[in-house]
Amino acid sequence: METTPQTLIKISDTKMASSSSYNSPCAACKFLRRKCMPGCIFAPYFPPEEPQKFANVHKIFGASNVTKLLNDLLPHQREDAVNSLAYEAEARVRDPVYGCVGAISYLQRQVHKLQKELDAANADLIRFAYSNSNNNNNNNDNNNDRNQNSSSPASMQGIIIPPLPSPTTTTTDHFVTGFYQPSDDNVISHQLIHQPSYPFIPWNNDMVNVDQRGGGGGHLDQGNNNI
Amino acid sequence: MPTYSRCAACKYLRKKCPSDCIFSPYFPLNNPRRFENVHKIYGAGNIARMIQKIPVHLREHAIDSLHFEAHCRVEDPVYGCVKIISQLQAELNWAQNQLVKTQAEIALVLNIYGPKEEPFSDLQVNEEDDSCDIGYHNFQPNNYGLQPFDPSVLGYGLS
Repeated sequence: METTPQTLIKISDTKMASSSSYNSPCAACKFLRRKCMPGCIFAPYFPPEEPQKFANVHKIFGASNVTKLLNDLLPHQREDAVNSLAYEAEARVRDPVYGCVGAISYLQRQVHKLQKELDAANADLIRFAYSNSNNNNNNNDNNNDRNQNSSSPASMQGIIIPPLPSPTTTTTDHFVTGFYQPSDDNVISHQLIHQPSYPFIPWNNDMVNVDQRGGGGGHLDQGNNNI
Repeated sequence: MPTYSRCAACKYLRKKCPSDCIFSPYFPLNNPRRFENVHKIYGAGNIARMIQKIPVHLREHAIDSLHFEAHCRVEDPVYGCVKIISQLQAELNWAQNQLVKTQAEIALVLNIYGPKEEPFSDLQVNEEDDSCDIGYHNFQPNNYGLQPFDPSVLGYGLS
């Protein structure tokens, strides 16, 4: 099953809180100690049963910033946006220094480690299959059987070798250590965002300055790394 | 003629930049977009408050990570950097499945032909440098039905 942001972010309760409940204001209005009016922008996404959710979001982003963010989105996008904000806020509350970035870095290391193991396993498979197929070919030659294709390791008796996955990184080879390294500059690579695999976070000195690009997405030029 | 330069934050906020400005070490004047992104998502007040609670030697790291998250959020207002976590988890799941499949195939080959050589996959994979370990394996952010980030659920016996 493909993991998408939608599946990553699930709401525990699919019901949305009433925006004009006489019984309980939404968690946001309760936290802000104000009347929860009909049409409250927070009410559908911050039910009164989850006060900590809004508390975290408010602590990190602030109510007005969240309002601005939500107002810039279409209504069907707001639920996921709020949940991703809540996720980030909680990560930041738990780890004030690295927040979600720590999680990303950890996952990168795990993916890298697993990829190494996978490469080793694939190498084993090829090696075993090839050496065994060669032994078979030698045996067949000894028996004057010329039907085997001795020049090709493909005569592997029906053994399927999975294709070696290839990372799609372009300039991030030097980032394969995969974790934060103290840098003398404050730049972050933008390539992380657009690469579907191996999106290493480049924290070392070879990063490009995302803010020195002309705007919009896409690849960046290698810029000066200034502090 | 005396000259003084403001940091990018104070210039953006149109105020004087004092000598002990909390933003100036992390928001240089030559990189205005850095503060713009961070201010747009978090707000200057929140940033200042967060920085003050962090030890000085970690503040640069914190600002870098905040900038990264803010940039992700500006680029993708719906999912921000959570999308990256999702992609990484998908990659992890895929790699895990592939490894299981490959190991099954190796077992099949060995079963049919018997072992002839030592496998590479028994070699020790280099452990990560412990200095990089920020103890994130203890992170369990799930509170509201969000996909837990607890690494132990990733499924491959990762430590």
